[in-house]
Amino acid sequence: MPKDTGIGAATVRREDVRFLTGTGEYTDDIQLAKQTYAVFARSTVAHGTIKSIDTSAASAMPGVLAVFTGEDFVEVGGNPAGWLINSRDGEPMKEPKRPVLAHGKVRHVGDAYAAVIAETVEQARDAVEAIEADIDELPAVVDMNDALSGSNFVHNEIETNQCFDWGWIEDNREATDNAIKNAHHVTTLELVNNRLVPNAMEPRASIGSYKASTGEYTLHTTSQNPHLTRLLISAFVLGIPENMLTVIAPDVGGGFGSKIYHYGEEALVLAAAKKLGRPVKWTADRTESFLTDAHGRDHVTKIELALDADGKFLAFRTDTKANVGAYLSNFSTATPTFLHGTLMAGNYTVPLVYVNVKAVFTNTAPVDAYRGAGRPEATYSIERVIDKAARELSMDPIELRRKNFVKPDQYPFASAAGLEYDSGNYDALMDKMEEVADVAGFETRRKASEAKGLLRGFGVNAYIEACGIAPSNLVGVLGSRVGLYDAATVRVNATGNLSVMVGAHSHGQGHETAFPQVVAEMLGIDPGVIDIVHGDTSKIPFGMGTYGSRSLAVCGSAVVRATEKIINKAKKIAGHMLEASEHDITLSDGVFSVSGTDKSVTFGEVALKAYIPHEYPLEDIEPGLEETAFYDPANFTYPSGAYACEVEVDPETGKVRVDRMTAVDDFGNIINPMIVTGQVHGGLAQGIGQALVENTTYDENGQLLSASYMDYTMPRADDMPMFAVDHNQGTPCTHNPLGVKGCGEAGAIGSPPTVVNAVIDALQSGGKNVTHIDMPVSPARVWDAMQNAE
Amino acid sequence: MYDFDVEKPGTIAEAATAMGVEDAQALGGGQTLIPTLKQRLASPSKLVSLSSVAEMQGITKEGDTLRIGGATTHAAVAADGSYPALSALASNIGDPAVRNRGTIAGSLANNDPAACYPAAALASGATIITNTREIAADDYFQGMFDTALDEGEIITAVKFPIPQAANYQKFVQPASRFALVGVFVAKLADGVRVAVTGASNEGVFRWTEAEGALSTDFSASALDGLSVSPDNMITDLHGSATYRAHLVKVMTGRAVTAAS
Ligand SMILES: Cc1cc2nc3c(=O)[nH]c(=O)nc-3n(C[C@H](O)[C@H](O)[C@H](O)COP(=O)(O)OP(=O)(O)OC[C@H]3O[C@@H](n4cnc5c(N)ncnc54)[C@H](O)[C@@H]3O)c2cc1C
Repeated sequence: MPKDTGIGAATVRREDVRFLTGTGEYTDDIQLAKQTYAVFARSTVAHGTIKSIDTSAASAMPGVLAVFTGEDFVEVGGNPAGWLINSRDGEPMKEPKRPVLAHGKVRHVGDAYAAVIAETVEQARDAVEAIEADIDELPAVVDMNDALSGSNFVHNEIETNQCFDWGWIEDNREATDNAIKNAHHVTTLELVNNRLVPNAMEPRASIGSYKASTGEYTLHTTSQNPHLTRLLISAFVLGIPENMLTVIAPDVGGGFGSKIYHYGEEALVLAAAKKLGRPVKWTADRTESFLTDAHGRDHVTKIELALDADGKFLAFRTDTKANVGAYLSNFSTATPTFLHGTLMAGNYTVPLVYVNVKAVFTNTAPVDAYRGAGRPEATYSIERVIDKAARELSMDPIELRRKNFVKPDQYPFASAAGLEYDSGNYDALMDKMEEVADVAGFETRRKASEAKGLLRGFGVNAYIEACGIAPSNLVGVLGSRVGLYDAATVRVNATGNLSVMVGAHSHGQGHETAFPQVVAEMLGIDPGVIDIVHGDTSKIPFGMGTYGSRSLAVCGSAVVRATEKIINKAKKIAGHMLEASEHDITLSDGVFSVSGTDKSVTFGEVALKAYIPHEYPLEDIEPGLEETAFYDPANFTYPSGAYACEVEVDPETGKVRVDRMTAVDDFGNIINPMIVTGQVHGGLAQGIGQALVENTTYDENGQLLSASYMDYTMPRADDMPMFAVDHNQGTPCTHNPLGVKGCGEAGAIGSPPTVVNAVIDALQSGGKNVTHIDMPVSPARVWDAMQNAE
Repeated sequence: MYDFDVEKPGTIAEAATAMGVEDAQALGGGQTLIPTLKQRLASPSKLVSLSSVAEMQGITKEGDTLRIGGATTHAAVAADGSYPALSALASNIGDPAVRNRGTIAGSLANNDPAACYPAAALASGATIITNTREIAADDYFQGMFDTALDEGEIITAVKFPIPQAANYQKFVQPASRFALVGVFVAKLADGVRVAVTGASNEGVFRWTEAEGALSTDFSASALDGLSVSPDNMITDLHGSATYRAHLVKVMTGRAVTAAS
């Protein structure tokens, strides 16, 4: 029987009431008294020297209160990268300063070099047009190969455009080379992991405000992690003492990674608010979102897989160039390295892995973590090359994977890429996938498609990811400049209801529903009396926020720990009330009882006693019932899955239609299966979007050709089949209290290679020897590939 | 947006007068014009909204001719059904919001090289009626975003001969869902006309070679052996000139099959 409350219940999302009735409160909905508006002057060229910026005409325009340029911020700090990566030769990465406003040079289209603050948005816009900027256009650095070999430099002091040249695992380099040299068979594939624009429904927005009487600043902003934003602004950029800065991320309309990072606009509105003594609001328009939100992916990779005569994997060797864009965004150096290289063993017992990643500066928007962050790139490379190997060796792609899977009795398993997988059962996932996807019925469906003149293909994929980011000690060794714990405070109120303050931020993940399910289960009370508080640094403990599918695995674990502390203290109070030892008190269904007797008090009575401590042993127990816990995970969590896709390809036009999509995932234990299903659906849509339609395109001058929805293709509902998802095959995580693994990114990780594998299979079935097509697999690309295969 | 005045005339005569001001611009459904204004890419002195001009509304069938008022929305054309291929085309323009606001005259005046109506008008041999004259479709379309309209001239109606058979095949550009290539085939009493949108740097055009072949044999196989030159076709991030040229033939064949 499915449960109807607590852990495992498909509880309807309570936050959806406000989201679906238009009563959510987003940053742009907030109107502060005497609010003013900021509009940015942005570079229309990808690369140029700023000769002069004349703001006098703009300053004199109606309603204009202030005009800022890069000059105003030369004294303040830069926005740093969160991970220090060392190159193979031991040199630390190149880390150019990322200023609040461009100074000296503009480095990508959309790079802000000035800002106007005015009484209205329209006045600010008018004034921006009156700014006279003399910018000498320089040749743009766009292509990564050109960047590495050319003589134009994004940052003048970095005369290679290379941020770092990283090797993983460097000690395995030679052995991997040898394994590839001596192998029975080597399959090689060159591929591009296409750049994506995040396209959160809500554009970025910020309001800075300042109270001169106390020196306190407040920043309302679209953030996935308000404490991290506060830390970056306080410790690095503006130097505002942390206790004088409150960061509030109210309802946030999607992030997908792009709202993890601190952006210059946030610093600008704070500095301007102080100068003017009035709140300053900025809301990005859609064009600004396209041009300046941190983009995702953008890897160019060569991968080689060495196999023995039986199809056993001997080594994976990967050469990747990762585009970091014009500046280092906060996680941009971690994404192509430790979130990518460490996953390059996949679900397999392969003994050797070597990954080389060169990060390259270009005159394009910064690139950073985007749903999956590094793990989709790893999965795509591995699972595409395995498919190609299966075809070259005439082996069944499912059997080839199974032959190399880590088996259930091998956990904990030390992967050749340096991680320790704690649990999993990849064969069971594959079994379930074969059943749900009706693999046996494929040939019949293929014949039906052929009768319509269409080519049907079947694609398969097995993925593993590392999420629940992350053990602080481990990531510290790997270069992280922050810890990656999370925190929760459980406050029981006198009348028995609860507020749970969490460090994770919910912007679509359903925390306001799922976290109460956990607490309610532990206390045996109605989840309806528990509410979640998040997003406001003045209300919540210091948490690291939401990304890397970490909320439940890390912050949820902190919630468990804090709730355990509540239970321990409540048992003491109950023991006192019942005149029994706390050790004899048991909690069940919200009632504390003395074992073996009929004496009991309810949770509510204990709460009341804690706050009205009459006849209370104040010498032994403090009044009140509120506990905080910080939780730092012992390991990553390792969700895994087996995916299948069937496509139909129209050979006359090259159009691909996804007909069936199956996702069987191991997320460990499940708190709310409905939310998990929703997360998988969203991830699949994004993954299918990357595979088939999302087409970020810069021209050779660094102009973003796909800078609006007229040219950038978002996946739409009618591009999707009905999804078949299953997450009942979970093997619990062994090291966190809930046994959960994380489900937010899986769909976006597992689906792209599945779709592309299916397209290749379809073309092969039509007699076209096409072995690879880069994403997005657009009709034009499919048709071109078919022509070239003739 | 920059500031502008708005006028809402009730008759064609009033509209024509209102358009007399320098930099005045007609406003149909605003589905193209309003986004342009929001992006500050145009700065008309005055918008003359045509939605209240009663003479420009509605669809009437007179014998084998369909007369559509210039301010008639795509949704109204989609619902009409007297010229099924035209209604089908209208029902596939944009989304419901676009169809409920956007107008046939706005589309024809704009003459986007990837728009749908120009293909229908050209293939059907329609007549564009303005406040001053009647223009045959063959003379009206003059290249990308270019038409025979004079400054301030207003399209008041469009007259379509209803063909014996017709069909529009639209291969969508995936992002905008305008036509990457759209082909409208019309079989009229005096022969077959084929108009292609989306493909050419010159905007909508007639594929006369196919018209000749189809006028003799109205079947997809009549196109065997014909080919479309990629010269002067559009190459962009969605597809090359060669691909578009290929699609012209494929879509033409499908339109013929669907029409016959
Ligand atoms: C999301 C979206 C999707 C779309 N998809 C498609 C599609 O698939 N296929 C397609 O064909 N179109 C598509 N369109 C365009 C749509 O059909 C527009 O409605 C049309 O191009 C313009 O019509 P309008 O009435 O809105 O004109 P407006 O935007 O009001 O005006 C457009 C131009 O025509 C002029 N004008 C308007 N009325 C007249 C008149 N009576 N006489 C003279 N000049 C006039 C205006 O001055 C302006 O220059 C799409 C638009 C959007 C926003």
